Amino acid sequence: MNSARWEDVTTNLADHATTFIAVWGERNDESGAVNLAVRRKGERSIEIVSRSAPDSHYPSVGRHHPSAILMERVIQDVHGLVADGLPDTRPWLDHGFWPHSRAGTSYNFKPAFGPGVHQIPVGPVHAGTIEPGHFRFSVNGEIIIRLEARLGYVHRDVLGLMRGKAIDDAATLVGRVSGDSTVAYAFAFARAVEQALDLAVPARASALRGIMAELERLANHLGDFGAICNDSGFALLNIHAAVLRERILRLAALVFGHRLMMDFIVPGGVLRDLNEEGATALKSGLPSVLAAFGRLVDLYEKTASLQDRVVGTGRLDPAVANLLGCGGYVGRAAGQDFDARRDMPYAPYDGIAVRVPVFNSADVDARVRVRIAEIHESVRILLSLLGTMPKSSIRVALPNDLTARSGSALVEGFRGDIFAFVRVCGGRLSDAFVRDPSWFLWPALEAAIEGNIVADFPLCNKSFNAAYAGCDL
Amino acid sequence: MRKTLIESLFRGKLTEPAPHLSDEEKSALIGTMNRLAQRRFGRSLAIRHVDAGSCNACELEIVALNNALYDLERFGLKIVASPRHADVLMVTGSLTHNMGAALRLTYDAMPPPKWVVATGDCACTGGLFAQSPVCIGALGQLLPVDLHIPGCPPHPAMLLRGLITLISCLGDVAHESGRD
Repeated sequence: MNSARWEDVTTNLADHATTFIAVWGERNDESGAVNLAVRRKGERSIEIVSRSAPDSHYPSVGRHHPSAILMERVIQDVHGLVADGLPDTRPWLDHGFWPHSRAGTSYNFKPAFGPGVHQIPVGPVHAGTIEPGHFRFSVNGEIIIRLEARLGYVHRDVLGLMRGKAIDDAATLVGRVSGDSTVAYAFAFARAVEQALDLAVPARASALRGIMAELERLANHLGDFGAICNDSGFALLNIHAAVLRERILRLAALVFGHRLMMDFIVPGGVLRDLNEEGATALKSGLPSVLAAFGRLVDLYEKTASLQDRVVGTGRLDPAVANLLGCGGYVGRAAGQDFDARRDMPYAPYDGIAVRVPVFNSADVDARVRVRIAEIHESVRILLSLLGTMPKSSIRVALPNDLTARSGSALVEGFRGDIFAFVRVCGGRLSDAFVRDPSWFLWPALEAAIEGNIVADFPLCNKSFNAAYAGCDL
Repeated sequence: MRKTLIESLFRGKLTEPAPHLSDEEKSALIGTMNRLAQRRFGRSLAIRHVDAGSCNACELEIVALNNALYDLERFGLKIVASPRHADVLMVTGSLTHNMGAALRLTYDAMPPPKWVVATGDCACTGGLFAQSPVCIGALGQLLPVDLHIPGCPPHPAMLLRGLITLISCLGDVAHESGRD
């Protein structure tokens, strides 16, 4: 518990010498503690600093670094630890409805003043089949002058439920943090546990993890590509892209037995192997999906009415993307050249030169183009993995270790880098934390939408496609 | 665009009758659904979906129902944007305390007669989150549930089966319970 190091690291965050990953709390009986994870640019390891919170107080990270503000509001709600100097102390997850709520049910949205300014409240129940969240727009005519997102509606206390569970049961829970990233979460969690236990995974298991992770990325990017076009009024591309997404899901079901590949990655390896038939199906199915996708991209680029909607819309200032530490397609569309698969490599990507697309226009179009490039890259990685499948077992048993150990990992999900931290002891989780990339995408969306028209919000929102469940936990 | 449209025209439709079911089941399914949907709702049953604490996997599969291969709307089943337009409330998730009030309001906004479908393991039983201190648990604790569709998440074909079951039972349920 090092308070001097804490100050040092938080001050460095303000100078952009390090990139913020997460801050999270813990409470053991009467005492509380907070943990901070950062990565230094150009380095391959994660630094985690912990300090105690005497009398339930600790110095805020959010006062130096805006990305930490929402997380410190969570620490306040869930652990009752107060961040001294936190610029925004409103409750976040606690909406006043829990049996143990400390907050009231009213919530003060940030105001906007001026002649003609009015508010549009939207949600938590939206018009589409999506997750719940509330958006408060302050608008002047058609122009959005301020957007404030309020989340927490799907808070299920996943982390609290993981505490004390056997490692395999905790893996099942972590697979349900965000269903669209179930593979990436299971992957991150497994790697964190394996780091804690100093466990090497068989090469074939790593390759299979890579195959599942890339199939998940493909399915999500294809779905997003179509949905973005749909929200700009071009339904035709959505219909075709949804068919391609379905083909990927069916390949996953055929090869592994579950469309979303839930619960197959576990600490120690994987639970499903790939047989000859499955490998052949992937080798022939993937190039044909890619060929069909090429036609859709051609249509995307050549349809002037569609380009008119996406180019220049929802521009995120690259300086803001850098400040917030945005990863994934949002960061890479705004000049942030980071991909955990390349920059903090882990098996099976340590043997593959992952090509990372980076754009600087930072608009809806750039976010689409990152996805297009990543779809091509994922297929290339998949075919490369399939061509070099090692022959080995697919799972090793976890050592029955009674000492307390901790581990962490960063895994590139389709939205960006997912962070996982675990403390294990005697085959059980004593503490766990996971951080979705969306923690930084929500504030980035609030910034990017400013000055756009209300009618472009769904389009911008879909191009970010930030997770609700992944942040609410 | 012209090329894509012409190709689509000559390729024939992608839509499948009813995936992952035997031929007998398939024809029975479509027959049943068309006949019953037509009789009871004039080929129009409007569904409003609400996520009340899901991990979003169920949402992905509900969205998939609308793709060209499952094509839900050919059966007259339509996912609508407003509860005011809906006959059926399709709820996913482990029913968090934070969503309780919004879900109740959505249900109250629907005009009678109305039915509730618990979709996915979380909504059916609370699933892995039944013991969570911030979740109410099974949907049945808040709303009267007419149909349970299990699965984590339910396969689109399973969702389709469930909705067919609902249609085939709707008349009886409304009659027995005298629900308004």
